[in-house]
Amino acid sequence: MQVSMTVNGEPVTREIEGRLLLVHFLRDHLGLTGTHWGCDTSNCGTCVVWLDGEPVKSCTVLAAMAGGHDVRTVEGLEQDGELDPIQQGFMECHGLQCGFCTPGMMMTGRALLDRNPDPTDGEIREAISGQICRCTGYATIVRSIRWAATHPHGKQPEPELAGAES
Amino acid sequence: MTAVTERRLTEFTDNDQHPVGYGRMLRKEDPRFVRGKGHYVDDVQLSGMLHLAILRAPMAHARIVKIDVSAAQAHPKVKLVVTGAMLAEKNLAWMPTLSNDVQAVLATDKVRFQGQEVAFVVAEDRYSARDALELIDVEYDVLEAVYDARRALDPDAPVIRDDLEGKTDNHIFDWEAGDAAATEAVFAGAEVVVTQDLVYPRVHPAPMETCGAVADYDAVNGKLTLWSTSQAPHAHRTLYAIVAGLPEHKIRVISPDIGGGFGNKVPIYPGYVCAIVGSLLTGKPVKWMEDRSENLTSTSFARDYVMRGEIAATKDGKILAVRTNVLADHGAFNGQAAPVKYPAGFFGVFTGSYDLQAAYCKQTAVYTNKAPGGVAYACSFRITEAVYLVERMVDCLADELQMDPAELRLRNFIRPEQFPYETKTGWVYDSGEYEKTMREAMRIAGYDELRKEQAEKRARGELMGIGISFFTEAVGAGPRKDMDILGLGMADGCELRIHPTGKAVVRLSVQSQGQGHETTFAQIVAEELGIPPDDIEVVHGDTDQTPFGLGTYGSRSTPVSGAAAALVARKVRDKARIIASGMLEVSVADLEWEKGAFHVAGDPGKAVTIQQIAMRAHGAGDLPEGIEGGLEAQICYNPSNLTYPNGAYICVVDVDPGTGVVKVRRFVAVDDCGTRINPMIIEGQVHGGLADGVGMALMEMIAFDEGGNCLGGSLMDYLIPTALEVPDWETGFTVTPSPHHPIGAKGIGESATVGSPPAVVNGVIDALEPFGVRHVDMPLTPSRVWDAIQGHATPPI
Amino acid sequence: MQVPAPFEYERATTVDQAIGLLDRLGDSARLVAGGHSLLPMMKLRLANFEYLVDINDLHGELGYITVEPEQIRIGAMTRHRELLESAPLAAAFPIFADAERVIADPVVRNRGTLGGSLCQADPSEDLSAVCTALDASCVIRGTAGERVVSMEQFYRGPYETAVGAAEMLVEVRIPVRPGGSSAYEKVERRAGDWAVVSAGVAVWLAGGAITDARVGLAAVGPNTTALPAISEALRGQRPSEAAYERAGELAAAHCAPVTDMRGTEQYKRHLAKELTARALRRAVARVEATGYQGA
Repeated sequence: MQVSMTVNGEPVTREIEGRLLLVHFLRDHLGLTGTHWGCDTSNCGTCVVWLDGEPVKSCTVLAAMAGGHDVRTVEGLEQDGELDPIQQGFMECHGLQCGFCTPGMMMTGRALLDRNPDPTDGEIREAISGQICRCTGYATIVRSIRWAATHPHGKQPEPELAGAES
Repeated sequence: MTAVTERRLTEFTDNDQHPVGYGRMLRKEDPRFVRGKGHYVDDVQLSGMLHLAILRAPMAHARIVKIDVSAAQAHPKVKLVVTGAMLAEKNLAWMPTLSNDVQAVLATDKVRFQGQEVAFVVAEDRYSARDALELIDVEYDVLEAVYDARRALDPDAPVIRDDLEGKTDNHIFDWEAGDAAATEAVFAGAEVVVTQDLVYPRVHPAPMETCGAVADYDAVNGKLTLWSTSQAPHAHRTLYAIVAGLPEHKIRVISPDIGGGFGNKVPIYPGYVCAIVGSLLTGKPVKWMEDRSENLTSTSFARDYVMRGEIAATKDGKILAVRTNVLADHGAFNGQAAPVKYPAGFFGVFTGSYDLQAAYCKQTAVYTNKAPGGVAYACSFRITEAVYLVERMVDCLADELQMDPAELRLRNFIRPEQFPYETKTGWVYDSGEYEKTMREAMRIAGYDELRKEQAEKRARGELMGIGISFFTEAVGAGPRKDMDILGLGMADGCELRIHPTGKAVVRLSVQSQGQGHETTFAQIVAEELGIPPDDIEVVHGDTDQTPFGLGTYGSRSTPVSGAAAALVARKVRDKARIIASGMLEVSVADLEWEKGAFHVAGDPGKAVTIQQIAMRAHGAGDLPEGIEGGLEAQICYNPSNLTYPNGAYICVVDVDPGTGVVKVRRFVAVDDCGTRINPMIIEGQVHGGLADGVGMALMEMIAFDEGGNCLGGSLMDYLIPTALEVPDWETGFTVTPSPHHPIGAKGIGESATVGSPPAVVNGVIDALEPFGVRHVDMPLTPSRVWDAIQGHATPPI
Repeated sequence: MQVPAPFEYERATTVDQAIGLLDRLGDSARLVAGGHSLLPMMKLRLANFEYLVDINDLHGELGYITVEPEQIRIGAMTRHRELLESAPLAAAFPIFADAERVIADPVVRNRGTLGGSLCQADPSEDLSAVCTALDASCVIRGTAGERVVSMEQFYRGPYETAVGAAEMLVEVRIPVRPGGSSAYEKVERRAGDWAVVSAGVAVWLAGGAITDARVGLAAVGPNTTALPAISEALRGQRPSEAAYERAGELAAAHCAPVTDMRGTEQYKRHLAKELTARALRRAVARVEATGYQGA
């Protein structure tokens, strides 16, 4: 069967099997390998992408189900060469180590901030509670999302001080 | 916990400090990961690449009667189907393990654990490969399974390893450490003796990325390129050369970005060998990525120790001796990675952080019909088990003596002036200021206030617990005279080259799975040479591009490879000094180094930077006598000893008496890893290990039923903590450098995984003190905690 | 990651079309909404269907929470997240918010639906207990038209409901009665896990006494969502610790938990008692907080 959808703002059309999972469609058919997979039972969350603006576990969505809808992946966070504050936040606050859960965490973090621009620690932990990280122990992920919340314009370049050496 | 969960953090530590050397800096590897441009094994796409899927045994112990692959072979998208019998014809059905045992690549005679590899298919895509597995018909003759290590040596137990000549039982080895007679004498004369049976259940590293490989055999050039999730690419390459009979110089192993290792990615798995065979036979690249159930049921687990601990003391709380008897379940094949002379790994550090008069351990290892082990789950070669044993026993003693557990530890710590301290099992701890570290943890935790709060809560029937753990680890394996794995010494190499424009490339033999090596190793070189870390490229993970070394596990990267990086940078600096002397026309002795430049002593204006020296080294004109052009050096570092990071952890828990639910309210971790290269990264390593400990203490377990069926084969059953199960970690540090390490650093990767489980368990048991609970085994699920409250705690197996 | 066996994908854009497809394709077809129960089972090859009929496009038609004076009607395609975030639903039936917060995880709740949960009929599934406690009715539509059944009639056993061939659940109706509130208590080993045991309670007071109480349990065996013995025992009683204790004892006696990795049978029975008492206590407190002192 044929499926068409918008991915990161671009229309795509491909010939697929009905059973093809969205995560495999993104990774193997479109080459968008930033979305990962890590389990068989919809528990790990390394596959989280946006479907019509909402985080979903793409391992538990058929590519066919996404037909006619709007999908956004981690590759779509950066706009015109500028990192999204959530991406900058994860770097500033050491919110990643191996990087495998990171795209999913950032997609959920970004969606949270879009709805709740000033979340508490508890609200952040709740929002990411369906996704597992084995490296960070979560505290730095919470800080990273808080950083993005408090720096909605990302990282400002350090001001040039008069007379400072370059 | 409520105060923190309501918090909205607005102040952030500045991690972007651009140190030229040690300090807080953002990670150099992050830009690709936050863009989703990491390059993991499953991201490898090669032209014509095929996909491999493995058929696995549905039961724990059975004879293979017949395998019919004809239907699978007839599938239009299948290129190849291989069974154990076919591999046996090429002598590839069995391979050596890292413990001098053998393991089946594909089962030939019997299957010996549920999930064992039986056959594989190679197909055009992963969906077809999976479909084809259903078309393979295997007839089994089911045998009785050994699933309980305590029954493995029963006279009527089925013999699992009848593939080994003359094997008539399930015994693997006996091992002992310490002095049995001296220890018995101390116990016999002791005023207080406490005995406790403890189980450390089977758990699993479960990194978020499962294991896998892409094998690409180029028949024209006779070269095999293997991308794999390997923590030890060089060791793997040497083993493939030995096992597969391919010349070593024609094998390239590439570990690209790896999504977590935790020891799970140290062994060579049958799947990797299958992928290689698949590529050899089809002439195409072949990818194998295991699914999560394969990862949990067939790859290397951790722990699975049944222990009896004994501790002897005076009635004033002076600990005299520790003794333990251990039954170790190794699964169906002994796949543990441990240095050859240490079949029980480094369990010998069960003497802990205390000044003992005597100690003795006897361990028996057995086969069972379960998945084989490996270096797993940040175990530091069994140190996690050892620390759990001693820290639980110390708390049991504190309970017996009705003494505060912090006070009991403080009374018995090895004192600073006793270092280097040789333990009663022959380990030489390098340095430590245990009391200082312990008191820092107590200060951060507000220990006295916590005990007051606990007393008030107890009076109201509320269950609050404070758990303490102090650990000493032995990491950084290790000196080649003592330590080798399958005959390969555990030294590590490092190569450093400075380019003409003063930028550099450093090539490591260790391999990152998220620890931040691309940053910290650049920082080590930066500290020695004054070249900014951003100007230093770190290369790792490719056997064609890096020097030989045994890989990353057991927290050995900083102690071994980090030392190599520092020393190779110093070699470069020594050469640079000579070149500088020529440039400044003074003798070498007249030069002083201030990070980044040499200047003439007493005349700081006359200086040359390392960048200028680099250009000179490559430029025209004579160099001083005896000095060749270029500015590079190479080293193979043989550590003189292990290093001994240590730490004091305090965990505060609240237990709901009506449901047994445990909430971890606070966790304070004070670590001493010696010299701190990047505090941001250290903190991250600690946080991750602390979460592991909460997981193991409260919820993680690979369980089996009476048929040997694995009940922990998915992440729905094998529970890993989420952000809601762990608190906001509170960390601190002390710094007691390692005297023998070139930069005094000790390593930190596994400290928190080692130290945290006993802190959590001690905390829960402390909470249950009003019910007279002396001990409860992990995992402390609500049901098991409630059982303990009712007075019938049971072991988990 | 594991993947499903081959199947044909069909998409329905109206309820009638979905029913028509079920009618035409028969047993070999299955509806898929959120898919977070069905797709994992198909990936593990525990269930295989030749046709999956995607009904996510029916969210327009069947995704609603409509408040009427005597009942709240919830469309079967209403997502878990919508149930959690609905202020009117939380005001009338706080049990929904209590339960939704501990159903699966926030990302899964973006997809899973009320209808999907009820039709999956997993004995550990929470919304069945919630709907039972609230005395909900289920509206089933098929080729022959619509019929309404009670929760007791809807839930037939593990993984078995009253929804027949060529039929689908379209709506759940919950009666609104004055003087009532509700609560849900769940013990789980970890966020997102199935319940070890959970208890949903709805209670109605008048003149300081309990006029009615309904308890639904999850994860304590089949057919334990309705416990009429508790309703009988509590009617006419003043709310008190003794009453809650009695209700808890009855809950423990009327369930059939089994020992598994989540807990022993004795522990689960204890939880049935403990959580029923806690949920009752909380539901009563909520009623009293509204200041309702009706005749």
